[in-house]
Amino acid sequence: MRILLALLFALLALAQPATAQDLLPPAPYAYKQLEDPALEAKAQRLMETLRCLKCQSQAISDSDAPMAGDMRHQVRTRIAAGEDPEAIRAWLVERYGDYVSYAPQNKPIMWPLFAAPLVILLLAALLLRGRFRRAGIKGDGQ
Amino acid sequence: MIAELGLAVLWMAAALAVLQLFAGVVALRPGGAAMTGLVRPLAVMQGALVAVSFASLITLFLETDLSVKLVAENSHSMKPVIFKLAGTWGNHEGSMLLWITIMAVSGGIVALVEKRLREDTLIATLAGQAFVSLGFYAFLLLSSNPFERLPEPAPEGAGLNPLLQDIGLAFHPPTLYVGYVGLSVAFSFAIGALVTRDVGPAFARAMRPWVLGAWIFLTVGITAGSYWAYYTLGWGGWWFWDPVENASLMPWLAATALLHSASVLASRNALRAWTVMLGVIAFSMSMIGTFLVRSGILTSVHAFAVDPERGSFILALLAIYIGGALALFGLRASTVTEGERFSLFSREASLVFNNVMLCGTLGIVLLGTLYPLLTEAFGTKVSVGPPYFNPVSAIFVLPMMAVMCVGPLLRWRKDKPGRITATVAIPALLFALVLLAVVVFAPAIRVLPMLGIAIGAGLAVGSWLPLRGRNLRRTPLSVYGMVVAHFGIGVALLGAASESAFSTERLAAMNVGDTQTVGPITIKLLNIEPVAGPNWTALEATVSAAYKDGAPVTLHPQARTFSSPPGERTESALHTRWNGQLYAVLGNEGEDGRWQMRFWWKPFVPLLWLGGLLVALGGVLSLIGRVAHDVKRLRAEGKIAWRKTRMEQVK
Amino acid sequence: MSEPEPKRSRIAIWLPLALFGAFFALVIWGLVRPADREVASAFIGKPLPQFALDAATDGQPGLSTADFKVGKPKLLNVFASWCVPCAIESPQLDALAKQGVEIDGVAIRDRKEDVARFLATNGNPFQRIGKDDLSEVQLGIGSSGVPETFVIDGKGVIRYQHLGEIRPEDMDLILRKLQEAGQ
Repeated sequence: MRILLALLFALLALAQPATAQDLLPPAPYAYKQLEDPALEAKAQRLMETLRCLKCQSQAISDSDAPMAGDMRHQVRTRIAAGEDPEAIRAWLVERYGDYVSYAPQNKPIMWPLFAAPLVILLLAALLLRGRFRRAGIKGDGQ
Repeated sequence: MIAELGLAVLWMAAALAVLQLFAGVVALRPGGAAMTGLVRPLAVMQGALVAVSFASLITLFLETDLSVKLVAENSHSMKPVIFKLAGTWGNHEGSMLLWITIMAVSGGIVALVEKRLREDTLIATLAGQAFVSLGFYAFLLLSSNPFERLPEPAPEGAGLNPLLQDIGLAFHPPTLYVGYVGLSVAFSFAIGALVTRDVGPAFARAMRPWVLGAWIFLTVGITAGSYWAYYTLGWGGWWFWDPVENASLMPWLAATALLHSASVLASRNALRAWTVMLGVIAFSMSMIGTFLVRSGILTSVHAFAVDPERGSFILALLAIYIGGALALFGLRASTVTEGERFSLFSREASLVFNNVMLCGTLGIVLLGTLYPLLTEAFGTKVSVGPPYFNPVSAIFVLPMMAVMCVGPLLRWRKDKPGRITATVAIPALLFALVLLAVVVFAPAIRVLPMLGIAIGAGLAVGSWLPLRGRNLRRTPLSVYGMVVAHFGIGVALLGAASESAFSTERLAAMNVGDTQTVGPITIKLLNIEPVAGPNWTALEATVSAAYKDGAPVTLHPQARTFSSPPGERTESALHTRWNGQLYAVLGNEGEDGRWQMRFWWKPFVPLLWLGGLLVALGGVLSLIGRVAHDVKRLRAEGKIAWRKTRMEQVK
Repeated sequence: MSEPEPKRSRIAIWLPLALFGAFFALVIWGLVRPADREVASAFIGKPLPQFALDAATDGQPGLSTADFKVGKPKLLNVFASWCVPCAIESPQLDALAKQGVEIDGVAIRDRKEDVARFLATNGNPFQRIGKDDLSEVQLGIGSSGVPETFVIDGKGVIRYQHLGEIRPEDMDLILRKLQEAGQ
């Protein structure tokens, strides 16, 4: 049920971004790729990791919200102008905070998240260490 | 009358659940033996009554009885029968009744058929099941009565949202639901075994079919949900690491780990405490998932669907059942010995590796999902998305898949590496060759898809190796099940990695008559015209698509507009070939009269969902094999017992 | 099982319950915290970016960064004619304008005739209105929706952001923030 509702509302959010729709055509590069496939690929990779601020749980590369279109236009024109993708990300983070980036930023508050896989593996090793060694000795004895 | 009947039997079932709990607790105390015989019949009756109650609700929906509030709010007399039926569980109250129905009916079946488990453990299990159901009975009867009447019958139903009138959406949620609730049976078995300190192979064998069944439903549900998101959201994505998706993935990961550790416990009497722990965790994940989605606690578009009050109720149940079970585990675990030991190089060890990696993935998904909430507690808003989940889960998942080629070849207890070196060389060599080929021919793709393709190819072949040298006719069905499921994982990985590595995208503004290319496909926009459906109108594009120089096929992507309630939705058109899928979307009309079209060519992407279905098929084969085996054994035991009594009579 | 079991660590046994407790505490906090689904600008305290927008409607000048470096705090209202809450807040903006507050507007993704109609219907508290068809200024100042109102001090530095429509009860806060920005 909740999946159902959730998906439904994901749809509704796509269709109606909170308020009424504007009538302006989308920004030039909202639905248009860059000529250079290498630059477009660069832009695409960045857009997949930027959060649509209007729809809140989608990347700007997956959204029909006009503001996501404007953000795609920003990204594509800046990439075309030779700007580095991470510089564009930093530009947005400066304005919207870390929230705008799906890629976790290298800041102390995110360190536990990056440490988590190591902690999990260490914990598993710690729990299992004694067992295998003993088992090995016993196994050899038989 | 049907509504009153449904409510009355629901109350009676709740009363029986109280009795079942009470009888169970007394029976387990010294001197309570008199109650022992009561528990099983109570469980069966409870299941039967709830089934009657659920059948009443279905009847009300099929008849569109508009004097019932729930029906009036969620149905409509003109709706197709199939959606009237789906309307039964397509709302909060109905879905809670479905939850309790699955739970009680499963409890009844356990009471009827389970003969291997020690009697006191079974009674503890059924009492546990009654205890868990009671929380949901309370939820249902006290705050969300599905049978409530309206003072005046409504003239007409409010109807089901047209967006929900999609056959996929009608059956995808209850499928996941059955999986969620099925894990409650495993939970009850774990509680029962902890209470009577009877954690052994019999417990694992009794629990296994239920875990397997729930796991099959979860697998199908997730696969279908992913495909549904893929074809309706209109941007070609199939997994977004959204909290809602993670909520369905976490129980699956836990159930998969449980399935494997239960097989170690059943076959080798090892990993006892760990298996019990997983039984608790698997159901916890179902409830945590339910809570996360319903409470709307995480920032997401899904925040609309929530009711914080219901969220709090689920949280309270979570605290009682999961907190209680974990406390019980803490108290009892030290008395549960770990069981048989094994060498570092054995089937058991490979399954332990599998469990560590699955639980690692689970931990990462859970932490990543909750992390934004955690940082918000410290005053910072962050997002955790694919750039975190993809590589970090790969740390756990890819090595696990490599071990999947080796583990099933190993012997229990202790094995020698030399015995299987030659066999393992096949997938290892394939892995190396594919990796080399990808590096040489497609050096531009990212590392993860590259590894994914190589490991997927290795696993797709390596998964069949356990059948090597076996008599194929005598091989148990459950072995085939394992092989097919592992093969499915390899196939799905290939599909996912290929999609990520080789997809090409074409966004184009087109006039009628224009031609575009995407990957190897040439597309021509032939026509755009309005069409009307039963409750929507749409603009429909007619597009011809030709693969290389082949004959063109025709596709009809639509942009649909719904009137009540108003909404828009893109209906993408798919063309599936053996080597990939074309995905076409019709967007808006631009200022200059050209149409915004979006096309993707996604090589081998159907393998993703095909793999998911194969995994589920493997589960089905395994379940049939196990159940058939159990039935055979029960019959044989019955015959022996019958002969014994005959012999004694003759004497 | 001839060999005695290794003593399992107490900590490991209670770890799951501890983790569950942590989870529980976290979500309880999450449930009681005030709902906060807005994305606040991280650009408070920073100078406005360079921009020069064309006029959003005939008869009123466009808007550029220089218009804010006039030594006196101003309001920058981000709005659109197609946004319902923007109409709701217009009486409050009018009241502020009457009290002598200078308000400049940025119209997001809007057409000239629609802006004109909106102003005719809801009143026109603006001195200047810039036309932001690509949401460039909106993105430049970290605004994530309409309406939003920014307090800009006399040097062109963003001092405060008000998310959503200004309701009558928000007036005091806005005036206080303007006063603080003027000091």
